[in-house]
Amino acid sequence: MDKTNTHIPMWLLAELTFACPVQCPYCSNPLELSASRKNELSTEEWIRVMRDARKLGAVQLGFSGGEPLVRTDLEELVVEAKSLGFYINLITSSIGLTAEKIAVLKKAGLGHIQISFQGSNRESNKLLGGTDSFDHKMAMTKEVIKQELALGLNFVLHRQNLHQVEEFLTMAQSLGAEFVELANCQYYGWGLHNREHLLPSQAQLIEAERVTNEFRDKYKGHMDVFFVAPDYYDDRPKKCSNGWGTTFMTVNPEGEVLPCQAAKVIPGLEFPNVRDHTLTDIWNKSDLFNRFRGTDWMTEPCKSCPEKEIDLGGCRCQAFMLTGDATNADPVCSLSPHHDKVLKITEKAQRPYQEDETQKLMFRNPGNAKKLKAEKSELAE
Amino acid sequence: MSEFNLETASFKLNPRYQFQWEEAQQCHVLLYPEGLIKLSGSAAEILQRCQAPTTTATLVNELNKAFPGAEGLTDDVNEFLADAQQQVWIVQVSD
Repeated sequence: MDKTNTHIPMWLLAELTFACPVQCPYCSNPLELSASRKNELSTEEWIRVMRDARKLGAVQLGFSGGEPLVRTDLEELVVEAKSLGFYINLITSSIGLTAEKIAVLKKAGLGHIQISFQGSNRESNKLLGGTDSFDHKMAMTKEVIKQELALGLNFVLHRQNLHQVEEFLTMAQSLGAEFVELANCQYYGWGLHNREHLLPSQAQLIEAERVTNEFRDKYKGHMDVFFVAPDYYDDRPKKCSNGWGTTFMTVNPEGEVLPCQAAKVIPGLEFPNVRDHTLTDIWNKSDLFNRFRGTDWMTEPCKSCPEKEIDLGGCRCQAFMLTGDATNADPVCSLSPHHDKVLKITEKAQRPYQEDETQKLMFRNPGNAKKLKAEKSELAE
Repeated sequence: MSEFNLETASFKLNPRYQFQWEEAQQCHVLLYPEGLIKLSGSAAEILQRCQAPTTTATLVNELNKAFPGAEGLTDDVNEFLADAQQQVWIVQVSD
């Protein structure tokens, strides 16, 4: 199967570190937490990755993690990325950010900062993110606006904070944010582990969308609001990252290259490392990137489906996680013979939201990672 | 917020956008948070000249020199600038 790949990886997501001061229970990172950071790519290795990605035609670069501000070489990486011609996005919890650092990063060439909030007020932000960081996030949001960098606010939604959408939008508006993303969390990694206590009811979603639409009408032209619904409630799936191996490339902290952030959940895939191969070879020739590119890999009902080019069979990770086979149709699709599995999950989510459900969340931290690992090995014995 | 008089005001490329040639796509692009706009050849010729403050009259003058005899150039420039103003690709420069 030697096809010439004509796709350009427009987006490079550079996950600089798994280390993170926030403990979000919806994090898409793997459940295992690296014990140390010594295996992280070095500054020189990241520069090589960025240079190769530019050669392939990548234009958007996201520095993410974990928390990218943990890296002491961030400024150097931004300078290098800028000189290569990337548009640079920093995806951060804002913990570790200061007014000085914003100025330094702006001067280095940073274009856009996206700050995530876990809750719309001090208490819930602390409760749902496991850090007392609300006041700092507010201060940094104001500072980014003051220094005239493009700012995006990101509010990760789930059943335990969907009722806060109005409070959050009011806050974003009063701060002067131009761009707000209300993204329902996805169920990978820690998010999958906590899915039962994160998946909202349909009633919660309808109300949140109603409030969002009201806001959109009221502040049209001043604040753009994006609402990303959880696809468990759709009857057609979403393309995987705009199509597996078509647009996105993620390089994780230890140099493995992934077609999407979650792909490591699929067993039997080998993840080529930038320490062993060039990015060009990985993108064009690796088994991994060719595995689900296009439509040749499909099984029924996707294979003969007239809509197959529209959603490319949906998310491969979701297909594996819910049906046990990554070549199946994403079971979010109502045409999938496994669609009942999604219905069963959403059925259970129709119970009303209760405040004390927060206690059942497993927060992402080394202690919990250890606990989960121990449970897993007990099961294996 | 983006309202200004295109006939009289000085304007320039919105610094929030990154304007550059993309070898892989063989065209000029405008980059912004998490997105990209591919530009036509004529759009690129205009925006290229907006990297420093300019006016509509200056632009028309420069383009007439660069492309002598191009028909309907003034109309095309006016049309593009009106659109660019709407998209906030260009912003007013206060004197």
